[in-house]
Amino acid sequence: MGSVSANRLPLFAALELAALLFPFLSTASERIDFEREIRPILAEKCTLCHGPDESKGGLRLTGIEPATKVLDSGSRGIVPGEPEASAVLARVCSTEPDEQMPPPGKGEALTAEETATLERWIAEGAVWPKHWAFAPLRQPEPPKLEIRNQKSDARSPVDAFVLARLEAEGIAPSPEADAVTLIRRLFYDLVGLPPSLEQVVAYRAAIETDREAGLARLVDDLLASPAFGERWGRHWLDRARYADSDGFEKDNHRADAWRYRDWVISAINADLPVDRFTIEQFAGDLLERPTPDQILATAFHRQTLTNTEGGVDKEQWRVAAVMDRVETMGAVWMGLTLTCARCHTHKYDEITQREYYGLFAYFNNGDEVNAKVPRSPEAWAAFETALAAHAEAGTAIETKRTAARAELESRLGEWEARFSAWLAEAKAVAEPTLVPLAIDGFAAPKGVQFAMESDGSLVVGGENPPTATYTVTAKLPPGRITGLRLEALPDPMLGGQGPGRTGHGNFVLNGIEVSVEAYPRNPVRFGGAAADYSQGGWEARGTLDGNAKAGKEGTGWAVGGQTGKAHHVDFGFAEPIEIADATEFTLQLVQNYGGQHTIGRFRLFALASPTALALPEAVRLALGTDAAQRPSEARETILRHAETLDAKTWPILAEASAHAAKRPSPPEMDVRVVGERTAERRATHVLHRGEFKEPLDAVVPGTLAVLPPVKHRGTEGDRLDLARWLVGGENPLPPRVLANDLWMQLFGEGLVPTPEDFGVRGDRPTHPELLDWLAAELVASGWSRKSLIRTIVLSRTYRQRSDHRPDLVERDPKNELLARQNRFRVEAEIVRDLSLAAAGLLSAKVGGPSVFPPIPEGVADVNYNSAFKWSLSEGEDRYRRGMYTYFKRTAPHPSLVTFDCPDSNVTAVRRTRSNTPLAALVTLNSEPFVEAAQGLARRVLTEHPNGGDAARIGHAFLLCLSREPQDSERDRLHALLERSRAWYREREAEAAELAGPGRPGDIAASETAAWTATVRVLLNLDEFLTRG
Amino acid sequence: MTVSLHQTRREFLATSASGLGGIALGSMLSEDGLLTAANAADPSAFAEATSHREAKAKACIFIFMEGAPSQLDLFTPKPKLNDLHGQSLPKEILDKARFAFIQPESATLMGSPRKWEKHGQCGMDFSDLLPHLATCADDLLMVRSLHTDEFNHHPGQLLMQCGVSRFGMPSMGAWINYGLGTPSSNLPGYVVLNAGRGGSGGSSLWTSGFLSSKYAGVQFRNQGEPVLNLANPKGLSPEMQRAGLDVLRDLNEARYQEVHDPEIASRIANYELANRMQTAAPELVDLSGESKATLARYGIDRPEPEGKDFRGTLPGLRTYDIFARNCLLARRLVERGVRFVNIIHASWDQHSELDKNLAYNAGAVDQPIAALIKDLKQRGLLDSTLVVWGSEFGRTPLGENRPGRLSNTGRDHHPNAFTMLMAGGGFKGGHVYGATDEIGWFATENPVHVNDLHATLLHQFGLDHLKLTYRFQGRDFRLTDVGGRVIRDWIA
Repeated sequence: MGSVSANRLPLFAALELAALLFPFLSTASERIDFEREIRPILAEKCTLCHGPDESKGGLRLTGIEPATKVLDSGSRGIVPGEPEASAVLARVCSTEPDEQMPPPGKGEALTAEETATLERWIAEGAVWPKHWAFAPLRQPEPPKLEIRNQKSDARSPVDAFVLARLEAEGIAPSPEADAVTLIRRLFYDLVGLPPSLEQVVAYRAAIETDREAGLARLVDDLLASPAFGERWGRHWLDRARYADSDGFEKDNHRADAWRYRDWVISAINADLPVDRFTIEQFAGDLLERPTPDQILATAFHRQTLTNTEGGVDKEQWRVAAVMDRVETMGAVWMGLTLTCARCHTHKYDEITQREYYGLFAYFNNGDEVNAKVPRSPEAWAAFETALAAHAEAGTAIETKRTAARAELESRLGEWEARFSAWLAEAKAVAEPTLVPLAIDGFAAPKGVQFAMESDGSLVVGGENPPTATYTVTAKLPPGRITGLRLEALPDPMLGGQGPGRTGHGNFVLNGIEVSVEAYPRNPVRFGGAAADYSQGGWEARGTLDGNAKAGKEGTGWAVGGQTGKAHHVDFGFAEPIEIADATEFTLQLVQNYGGQHTIGRFRLFALASPTALALPEAVRLALGTDAAQRPSEARETILRHAETLDAKTWPILAEASAHAAKRPSPPEMDVRVVGERTAERRATHVLHRGEFKEPLDAVVPGTLAVLPPVKHRGTEGDRLDLARWLVGGENPLPPRVLANDLWMQLFGEGLVPTPEDFGVRGDRPTHPELLDWLAAELVASGWSRKSLIRTIVLSRTYRQRSDHRPDLVERDPKNELLARQNRFRVEAEIVRDLSLAAAGLLSAKVGGPSVFPPIPEGVADVNYNSAFKWSLSEGEDRYRRGMYTYFKRTAPHPSLVTFDCPDSNVTAVRRTRSNTPLAALVTLNSEPFVEAAQGLARRVLTEHPNGGDAARIGHAFLLCLSREPQDSERDRLHALLERSRAWYREREAEAAELAGPGRPGDIAASETAAWTATVRVLLNLDEFLTRG
Repeated sequence: MTVSLHQTRREFLATSASGLGGIALGSMLSEDGLLTAANAADPSAFAEATSHREAKAKACIFIFMEGAPSQLDLFTPKPKLNDLHGQSLPKEILDKARFAFIQPESATLMGSPRKWEKHGQCGMDFSDLLPHLATCADDLLMVRSLHTDEFNHHPGQLLMQCGVSRFGMPSMGAWINYGLGTPSSNLPGYVVLNAGRGGSGGSSLWTSGFLSSKYAGVQFRNQGEPVLNLANPKGLSPEMQRAGLDVLRDLNEARYQEVHDPEIASRIANYELANRMQTAAPELVDLSGESKATLARYGIDRPEPEGKDFRGTLPGLRTYDIFARNCLLARRLVERGVRFVNIIHASWDQHSELDKNLAYNAGAVDQPIAALIKDLKQRGLLDSTLVVWGSEFGRTPLGENRPGRLSNTGRDHHPNAFTMLMAGGGFKGGHVYGATDEIGWFATENPVHVNDLHATLLHQFGLDHLKLTYRFQGRDFRLTDVGGRVIRDWIA
């Protein structure tokens, strides 16, 4: 069996070539090709029962070794060289119902031709090579072309392979397309936009001067364009099943999804090598010191759907998402359908159910987590600049503050004396003077109500939210006010008699804020707080420390242990407030603990006698030390407090804190990414029939036996090992699959026509050696996507004309021999981009949150999740590229769907290209396309202000098709224009409607309408919508 | 045969068969040699390969009650359940059961407050919520033993509509159009009509999956133009649209002569079909030609019920009226050759306030569906039109004691046994199939899996569910996944 070795290749190629060249040679002299002739028979008719999993009768047709084993019956299935001794042959030839294979009803019998082929293959020794896709990858030598002197045509090895095949078939390739066709083809393929008039002129001149150099420059310019990343990023997003919503019943908004989309665009623009591109998306988080971008890349595997329907079993949907990750990897990197192996060993390909769960195990400890990443690289750079500027401005303030503090320190004794005098005054007060406050206003969360009791207290009722901030207004009495008292009072209506509104009567007061009218330094600063009683750990001073976090994270005053009784807390102002007249003030009581820990009844007083609470506890303690030997910490405490009060220092402090508040906040956002689970790691099991509740044997991470072995860095493999296994160079599948992918985007069809299936049931490559050459080239070029694209598009195979060839309709209806390029309709997003670009309306803005362009009325609002609204984007965002249109999984934009945009529920490695009446209605009648027609009409009228009809029609053709019309085309459009003119001259209202808003002022509506009706034909032409 | 050729040819032929406008497409095709393939001359050739003589149904109207109606309050009286009201579930069932919201330790069985009567000559049970449908008893096949694999809505809906609960599979309507093509030359072959809030599965329930999107359901709308983008741009008269299309056709034809790409011919044909749809679809939704008596029978323009916060509608939506109109539209679509019509109404997901919301929903659908069945019958269309009524699963015999609730007023999801109705299309009328145990937990007699339902529906179209396949990713997929058997007992 063995692989095709490097030195055998030319011979192999020569043999194949000879066979193709001399079909008259007896085919009997040619050996049977297992891949082409035998494997399909086995796959179609045998391996369902005699495959990797099932071996009925002891027969397993997965390789020569198992196939030649002695069977239950005693005979052997295949005996190389001896057809008559091979039971397989006897059974497929039999017509006895008991003998016959496949058994009657289990599958179609082999044809006579198939049995003859099978017989010859066994007679020739039953050579059974490895399936082509799994065979090691070597770069074949391009064939030497000397036949019929086409050597000069072979611009690149790509052409050598294609031309050799065509030579063998005796078919001439198509001539190279003209310069304008090539320019358009490259623009459509590489950036998905039509070339501007100026671009056509410039590139055409360059190409006509020096064809090779001109084309190479065009290709390099397009590869360097930001639009390249958009165009090719969208191809990748199909594979990533990217969308802006969760999917399933609720289909909630994913505010962060676009960030991954932007990562893809910039990675492709930067030509991030495909191996790193792979590794970062699989396991960016597991790299050493990962950058935010590398972590963001793992969002590839967070594009899975999320089922938030009520009552779901979370584990079921977690397992479903992991399965999706495994299967997406299979489809995108390996061209294999792994889904079957969820429940049973693959019937056709060599993938066992155990291996499936080995792959599953790599992902099973990748948790769904969020990470902070910059909103965009630009925003982050701007932030860093702003941060530096802020820091610089801060230095000046800090210098000023240091000087002011030094000066204050020199006269600290004055403050110490003043503070001590306050304390002495306070000590002299036997009973504090309390003035009841008349509350005249209050506010709280919606539904909370207050009632004033005759004792001046407020009872709180109505809604009972978990947290609440009460805002109370009252008048302070005239005089010298030193603080406030809050009484929390019991009430029979409250749970546990209050004072709190919990069932047990407790509450937590986390913070207090006071503003007094006309006071110069609001909010009022407090010194200290003291309560008659505090629950352990919930002291009164907690209300003044600025921490008002929820639950046990926060601090505050509570009275647990003594509920059902009256309590009070006193707050001292840091300096007394002297007022001449009663003055309005506002008090806020912050209660964030949660669980309805809010006060149910309270009363307020002003303190009108001196109080020690004017000073914070720490300052009081510091003052208590001996002034002569005061420790430096105590001195510092006093200094800091004085600094907040001293007329010279406090304005500087205020300035510093205002500056601190202006510190720019990092432009970060939370993005869903994958993070490796470290604690309580999950064990992986084979799941019986894929059922998450039916685990069987435990499995460890591992890959497919049919492919080269994986290397694990540690004892257990992880996602990083898996990614390196895919793109480490040994594994032949990813380069083949990814090279085929690039080819498919540039030719409309892959070299493997079934890009989703590189397994035995998929189509074989039309040009196996070319595929391997490209795959090896991809690896050798350092996995450069741009480099391989460049190689392909500069080949003469790519540059051929795409006209269908009547001479080949029967011989090669699918153009597998590549005797021409293909024509194909562009994708959903590009259909729109082309029209808006031709009209001059398309925005060139790259990236950012998804946008909401016009959508037919009523489509987005009948929606199961009624919270979702399609809020129409304005300005530039109305005309962004189609790839930025918000994608809601259960209700995608209908124009995208009509043109076959995939639904994003599962990975899509290729798009279908339908051709339907609904698509015709989109480009004929839908809003963006009508606006494009109007825009195009305006352009034609204004860019050719004095032009005649013929010149303007010519201009419209150039804008849309980059060419002048033929006479017949010009005549037809001109006739339509004249008819439209005649029509709209008599119908002013219709004309105004069709011409749309913003038409050139000096041109009659009927003229703009007539042009709109005419040029819209161009936007619907097959030539416009098709990459030719 | 590979996917791409297969698909291209079918697409092309299906398009060309659906009316050629003024173009000599046939000659273009033969020039191209595309008609030479033996089985490709006629799009029905594919159907013949899989059809058999018993084909009865030509069209299907699938009335999908999204969210799971309670079979215990509509179709299956359970006196024993009423007796056991308030008691807990027998342990042998409790251990096996799975719940979304129910707290199994404290859950109790919930009887039905409905009044029951037997109807028709066959004596079919209906609760008092469906008085009109009950008068169709002798035309209905009631299947009480459906069961499904899925427990949550969206996956359950995928299974019911697409035969597999994963994404990416074609829906039944897409499969049937793929198999048989559409006889309508100016309307799509698969039409979706929605009343009330949108279904939670969204467009994934009428997707074409891996089949070409030409087989996907086309959603007709209840307000404004019936098909998206059907109306000409403002200020563009039908005459001017036609004038533009004539030029477009000529230019495209000239292009075809140059590059010989059959896709161009297909595009020309599709622009012409689009233009015909612009006339045909408004004509279809214009009910002015229907008699007053017909409109009244369907319940069109009847008053919307008083009250608010019904789960089966949204504020401001005239759901009763829209549903009635959709039923009449379904008949008009079938008359015009449309192959598959989906009428969707959401939501029947009555976890709470079941009595109120079920009454609202039943009131919305009862009269119009009965009128539809009778109308089809009277016009001789019922024999060839399969009418199917059902949902993704049923509702549990337990009351839903979600934490924080004072009383059980609803039922949870129930995949083990639920009821569907069918009429016409060659099915037996006045026939009840299958039964459940005395509290309605399990299907105890003739259980029917969703795949069996699909196999039998396809069979009525003359399609063998084992042969209606499409190769994708190396596997031959079918609507019935790896299951399905035709239930001969249903067939008249």
